[in-house]
Amino acid sequence: MLTVVGLIFIVALIAPWIYRVLQDKAGWVLALVPFSSFLYLASFFPEIAAGGSITQSVTWVSMDLFEVNLAFYLDGLSLMFGLIITGIGTFIVLYGSGYLANHAYLPRFFTAVLLFMGSMLGVVLADNLISIFVFWELTSFTSYLLIGFNHEQESSRKAALQALLVTGIGGLALLGGMVLMGFASGAWEVSTLLNEGDIIREHPHYLAILLLVLGGAFTKSAQFPFHFWLPGAMAAPTPVSAYLHSATMVKAGVYLLARFHPVLGFTDTWMMLVGGFGVVTLLISAWLSLSFTDLKQILAYSTVMALGTMMMLIGLGTELAMQGLAVYVLSHAMYKGALFMVAGGIDHEAGTRDVLKLGGLRSLMPISAIAAMIAALSMAGIPPLFGFIAKELVYEAALGANFWAVGFITLAVLANIAIVSASLIVAIRPFYGPKTETPKKAHEAPFLMWIGPLTLAVLSALFGLLPFIVDSKLMVPVASAVWGSELDFYLSLWHGINLPLILSVVTAAAGVGVYFIWDSIRESAPMKVYQMIFARFPVQVYESLVNGMLNLAGFQTRVLQNGLMSNYLITIMVAAIAAVGYTFFTKSGVIFNPDVSEVQIHEWAIAFGIVISLGVMLFFTHSRLTMVVAAGIIGFGLALIYLMHGAADLAMTQVLVETLTVILVVLVLIHIPKMKESRSILYNSRDAIVAIAMGTLMTLLIFAVTAVPFDAFISEFYADASYPLAHGRNIVNVILVDFRALDTMGEVVVVAIAGLAVYALIKMTRAGAEKDVKK
Amino acid sequence: MNSLLILPILIPLVTATLALLFRTSSHMQRLIGVAGMAALLVSVVFLFTDVYRDGIQVLQAGNWEAPFGITLVADMLTMLMLGISAIMGLIIAIYSIYDVDKEREQFGYYPLLHVLIMGVNGSFLTGDIFNLYVWFEVMLIASFILLALGNSKNQLQGALKYVIINLFSSLLFLFGVALLYGMTGTLNLADLAQRLPEVENTGLVTTVAMIFMVSFGIKAAIFPLFFWLPASYHTPPVAISAIFGGLLTKVGVYALIRVFTLLFTQDIGYTHTIMLWVAGFTMVTGVLGAASHYEFRKILSFHIVSQIGYMIMGLAFNTALGIMGAIFYVIHNILAKTNLFLISGIAQRLTGTFELKNMGGLYKHYPFLASLFLISAFALAGFPPLSGFWAKLSLVKAGLSLEMYIITGVAILVGLLTLFSMTKIWMTAFWAAVPEKGVPEHFGKMPLFGAGKLYIMVVPVMIVAGLIILVGLFAQPLLEVCMIAAEQLLNPSLYIEAVLGTK
Repeated sequence: MLTVVGLIFIVALIAPWIYRVLQDKAGWVLALVPFSSFLYLASFFPEIAAGGSITQSVTWVSMDLFEVNLAFYLDGLSLMFGLIITGIGTFIVLYGSGYLANHAYLPRFFTAVLLFMGSMLGVVLADNLISIFVFWELTSFTSYLLIGFNHEQESSRKAALQALLVTGIGGLALLGGMVLMGFASGAWEVSTLLNEGDIIREHPHYLAILLLVLGGAFTKSAQFPFHFWLPGAMAAPTPVSAYLHSATMVKAGVYLLARFHPVLGFTDTWMMLVGGFGVVTLLISAWLSLSFTDLKQILAYSTVMALGTMMMLIGLGTELAMQGLAVYVLSHAMYKGALFMVAGGIDHEAGTRDVLKLGGLRSLMPISAIAAMIAALSMAGIPPLFGFIAKELVYEAALGANFWAVGFITLAVLANIAIVSASLIVAIRPFYGPKTETPKKAHEAPFLMWIGPLTLAVLSALFGLLPFIVDSKLMVPVASAVWGSELDFYLSLWHGINLPLILSVVTAAAGVGVYFIWDSIRESAPMKVYQMIFARFPVQVYESLVNGMLNLAGFQTRVLQNGLMSNYLITIMVAAIAAVGYTFFTKSGVIFNPDVSEVQIHEWAIAFGIVISLGVMLFFTHSRLTMVVAAGIIGFGLALIYLMHGAADLAMTQVLVETLTVILVVLVLIHIPKMKESRSILYNSRDAIVAIAMGTLMTLLIFAVTAVPFDAFISEFYADASYPLAHGRNIVNVILVDFRALDTMGEVVVVAIAGLAVYALIKMTRAGAEKDVKK
Repeated sequence: MNSLLILPILIPLVTATLALLFRTSSHMQRLIGVAGMAALLVSVVFLFTDVYRDGIQVLQAGNWEAPFGITLVADMLTMLMLGISAIMGLIIAIYSIYDVDKEREQFGYYPLLHVLIMGVNGSFLTGDIFNLYVWFEVMLIASFILLALGNSKNQLQGALKYVIINLFSSLLFLFGVALLYGMTGTLNLADLAQRLPEVENTGLVTTVAMIFMVSFGIKAAIFPLFFWLPASYHTPPVAISAIFGGLLTKVGVYALIRVFTLLFTQDIGYTHTIMLWVAGFTMVTGVLGAASHYEFRKILSFHIVSQIGYMIMGLAFNTALGIMGAIFYVIHNILAKTNLFLISGIAQRLTGTFELKNMGGLYKHYPFLASLFLISAFALAGFPPLSGFWAKLSLVKAGLSLEMYIITGVAILVGLLTLFSMTKIWMTAFWAAVPEKGVPEHFGKMPLFGAGKLYIMVVPVMIVAGLIILVGLFAQPLLEVCMIAAEQLLNPSLYIEAVLGTK
């Protein structure tokens, strides 16, 4: 399986070159990649149908504390998703090459869509917690690129970012959840975890794990209140919407929860959260779909509704619900994929997707009309289509729920009424009624673009009429995988006259009724308010969060990085004083026992002179020259102190350096204009306080350290070894050029570079100044 | 004793000297510049195999037995840092051929670059705290001149802030060294590690530790000490921004890792908790700073700050996984960050600006460059399967295994904000339409390869992007080596024994 995923990635990366060679034939060749992957996966049918599963593992990273395997696990659930991804993927590659024929970005489309396909296949096949996350993130990334396909439009860019951030934050939550889950059980492979559900459920971190995983799943699968990114993602070209944002990627969250149902499910928290979010999402979005006239928006919200339904089923957590989930996922992928592709075809040929501007296309686009009708009836849950079986199972599961059953079934019926009308709108409005003037002269879409929807529509009918084709081979393994142990059931259209059937009839009748008054419902004030609350408001919340973050960022940066050097220095010094001072006073305790008895009067005088000069510098002058002189005095004072303690050479150096510095600085100062204005006393006092605090702290530290007994073993070694071993009488010299010669080498380099710098700064000034003038 | 240890210091010194001799010939300077870096890389590879095979390598300079002379020590951390600095040095030297103008070449660009690398390498290699100070000075003077070289008003303003704040850091550093010497009578790191636990007043040692935390913290640009970095890094030529952005702050991080694993471990509950807080604030303030800017290089500069936070976090965890994550993060970040700076330079060549609002159309006209950017940017944000993912994953695992949920959560969220500002660059410079005014005439016409010689800038970027992918796809070797480094750090007796011999 690694080979398959890897192959798709490799082909994706070389797709532009394949296109360069084959031009408009490239779509056919590239479609072979998902098609052969489909066949490869299909070859596992017998094994899976017999209740088996397959694991393959390649070590990626293996260390004591760190193990990540590229492990793959194929059971009913992953097989179904894998077949959907590669099967619909085959049609999407063909469809895309028709839809984007002659588009300059067709090669980039191929690359991105194949990259996505590989990633998505990775998500559903991966066995390792970390590899699931790896592929999961890759789907977010490729989805970002594809939503932003029409990147010169700002709306596309915004929608892409919105999807990336919403699914991105969920992805990060998922990472946290996965790592916690791994730590909780010690197992990092799903196939192992499936048998260790009890450990996870009883672990103190269970709730955290659950919430984090749900965060990932709900954002990816567009559950309320994160649903808003999905309709936004319709900015992508239609093949992308059909594939990512309907048939596959948005189901990743559903897949994830189905996958982990045996591990995390069966608790009250799980059922209420997953079931609750699902049912709220399904109701809200079903009716939202009726508030739009753009085909893609209608389909997008109906997709959100379907995702809500799947979540609800997972949350119900009964055997019936698992059956329903299996059938619903498959039927939804087929009819919704078909409908999106038809919508894209209409847009492509007629130039608009607004149902109010469309009509009578039936005779011009007969194949599309047939495909749309079959698919829409399946979506509406009308017999004998596969969607009918799915909907019956949903109703049965809702009726048989262990909790809130009345609530679930009521909301489900209410939502499905809206979906029936939406199906009719999509299937009837563009194709029937009087012909309208469309921006483009409409005609049937090319073969590449109708083969996909037609095949999927036909399959919807076939699976409905002859459900035994898929039930024991695929649906049973899927439901068993989600349930966690073997289930046995079969599917059929006719169950006798029972409550679900009656509810279906009611749903269909009410749906048709709503369809006929759709125009007035859509334009009514309550619907506008409804749309505002549930479609626009979440977007506004998202936007104000982003703007809030930007405002905070701007504010923080203006405060911190305010461009004033004096503020920077003061902040840093205060931080230093706080960190060091606090530690000193609380941890070490001040040791202050100066012995002043031996300090001579002239030494006091020198110290006093230094302090006075400091004071002058800080408080009493605004003249740079005075400051320099004061600094010089301090330096000379230090030299005197060195001298008095026997370091004659040090004192000499100090005097030389100090003299030279003062002279040089004064020379430079001649060229610098006077300080413009004196700073306020407030600023000066602030600086003085900080300076005094710093100085005091350093002094106290020195006292404290000198209280520690000093071990002079190194100086003693230098004294002993200087002559016999290093052949030098001057110990300081020997230290500089032998014992610690490396230091000296470094310092020599510093001096040399400083020389180079002076040269460059002086010589280049003219060059630089000339450049500035030119600008 | 292993004499190879001196080469990473000696080779740049010799190269710098040679380059100075051929000051007037651009051609020779470039040749020497690139050859010197290549030689450095070769020497590091040889040294690396020694360390990998035989463990920590030591050179007693001048053959003076430790702790009396200066010891050079190469453990796995040192080797990793040397390795990445040599690779980046070579990349920058190549990139500079096109990026750096003749004038700067004449005024010593290449010698300065090599002296900078010499200082960086010396800092990684030295086993002596005062010698570390010397190498910091070498680095500081070289980087200061590189920043100022060109003398534009912008550059001088930035350079001044840079040098003043860094001098304050040096002052603290020196003060700290003096205090350490006063308490123990030694400067050798291994010897210090032995003697510091004998100091009775452990509180005093912790106080000195804080001095080093502040001093190195300034170098590493942590909160609230980072101001010099965003003030200066966007001013010089891109090659210089890139090497600074990639390497320099990491020397500060290296120094922090070194002293807070080897010397200051007597009160981990205190020092490392402070570090954890600092790490959190560094991550957040840095990334918010990036979110509030709209200039390519300024965004990148603030991200440097933010990502230093991750490294400090890993260090503060003080577990094998945490320190391994920190080291891995350093290496990954040097790759990704340097590359983004380099890409900003190419983008500027094409669009004539660093201001995002005046950029656009790079995705349409330069898809290859766009993919190089995507690789680096998403790596920076920690997307799999790129290098940053493993860095993020190790740190997240380290944090969660310690049950430090808040800081781990902060780190994860900052990742999202990183992604946000990377997409900001992507959506304006790359996705947005070509702006109507102010686009240079060659935009869209100048090829990445071929006439115009832009490939001299593009090829190094390709190499680094390739490394990012390789490290991501085949993470095992690097993770393993980082783990060796982390285990050596958590086991200071190995270092001490290697330097002082068994006692």
